[in-house]
Amino acid sequence: MHIDIDELSKEFGATAALHPVSLSVPSGALVALLGPSGSGKTTLLRILGGLEFPTAGRVMFDGQDATNLTVQQRRAGFVFQSYALFRHMTVFDNIAYGLKARPRASRPPRAEIARRVTNLLALIQLPDIGTRYPSQLSGGQRQRVALARALAIEPRMLLLDEPFGALDAKVRKELRQGLRDIHDTTGLTTLFVTHDQDEAMELADLVVVMSMGRIEQIGKPADIRARPATPFVREFIAA
Amino acid sequence: MSDAAPALPHPVTTERPLTRWLLIGLVIAVLGVLLFAPLITVFAEALRGGPGAAVASLGVPEARSAIRLTLMVAAISVPLNAAFGIAAAWLVAKYDFRGKTLLLTLIDIPFSVSPVVAGLCLVLTFGAHSALGGWLVAQGHPIIFAFPGIVLASMFVTFPFVARELIPVMVEQGRAEEEAALTLGASGWRVFRSVTLPNIRWALLYGVLLSNARAMGEFGAVAVVSGKIRGVTATMPITIEMLYNEYLSTAAFALAAVLALLALVTLGLKTLLELRHADALAAARRH
Repeated sequence: MHIDIDELSKEFGATAALHPVSLSVPSGALVALLGPSGSGKTTLLRILGGLEFPTAGRVMFDGQDATNLTVQQRRAGFVFQSYALFRHMTVFDNIAYGLKARPRASRPPRAEIARRVTNLLALIQLPDIGTRYPSQLSGGQRQRVALARALAIEPRMLLLDEPFGALDAKVRKELRQGLRDIHDTTGLTTLFVTHDQDEAMELADLVVVMSMGRIEQIGKPADIRARPATPFVREFIAA
Repeated sequence: MSDAAPALPHPVTTERPLTRWLLIGLVIAVLGVLLFAPLITVFAEALRGGPGAAVASLGVPEARSAIRLTLMVAAISVPLNAAFGIAAAWLVAKYDFRGKTLLLTLIDIPFSVSPVVAGLCLVLTFGAHSALGGWLVAQGHPIIFAFPGIVLASMFVTFPFVARELIPVMVEQGRAEEEAALTLGASGWRVFRSVTLPNIRWALLYGVLLSNARAMGEFGAVAVVSGKIRGVTATMPITIEMLYNEYLSTAAFALAAVLALLALVTLGLKTLLELRHADALAAARRH
């Protein structure tokens, strides 16, 4: 699914979190929203996921206006910064949640849900943790479970808010490859938010550099490295 | 020179044995004087004339009516307060809005206002001499000196318990899990049922138990609004006081023992639930 963002802005009271920004994401791309905290990257991601609504502007999914779709209608697989796993449910029930929440007519039978959860656990290479609770998992395992839970709803796109933020450096590197593999297997249009330029440059097909609620530059990692468009970008990627 | 560290008289994080025993002893002494001694006295006094006399005193219509009334008041006011408490806590914990501090203050009013004053306010608002109360009496639905007034007074004094238990828990948990459930396609009601409620169930249980204990035991506010009509609007605490003032100690203490027993049963239920769900409780806390 390709995503078009057209002159999107967001104000929280008197402060502008996003000045009008426009961005076109081709179908199947892996995109990094890169910027320091307060640059508006998470706000943009949350608007795409339907968790915030823009003050002005439009969001188009495959050419169709999606600006007023509810969060449930968007079918965006969302991975939260601290993963937001349901602490009172087992890993299995966490992953099955989205399938069980479907209206009766489109809800898969119990055996089919179990089969899909098992497949997802295999996909994230944690086949044996279905009966555990989130509190019994390591940070890296939690991140992968959150990813599996988001994939279970057969999302139209994948949105990840600082997916590696809560992990130590070694696990970070491993999971980067994990995300790349899952993206390549599923072919889902994927946007992830990060403040780590190494992560963005290494993982993404397309990097969107943001600062103070504005998009500073959009480009392939190599192009951004070779030709930073603004002094901010030059300084930020040099850091 | 040896490698061993110089021997400390005791580990730095614990007190000296003497201090420890002194503190523990003090706590036990205070608990004994303030809690256990009165509790034992109540039961001892109730049974002074033998168990038969105690049971017989509970069988009189006045006592039975008081027990029934108290249970009914709790059965109505506790669920309503649980619902209002959840709604208020949800609003305060999950949303930012103008007047939030004012709402928090309003929730706390029953804690800071004397129950007698609260009862008087209800009498002034709903009594036969007020416009609203006069109209209600004319319609045949009196509030004051009747059952609805007792329920209102009980709800007023127990209002903060559930909300106050829930707000810190809900603030700490944030909105992330609810948002996650929404992105997974769950409706608002399903999110509440399957994510919010399970996450707050222990705090909710504590709030409900406290609220229940207070609703059954409330004296001041109920005394003002009920008119203390024997066998009609006299709840257990009020009946106990009336019996005691009439030197009917056995009857008074028997009824007091039943009230204390109801409290002990709720405590027992709480402990039982905690034991049965110890794993889930531990998992939730470790997260």
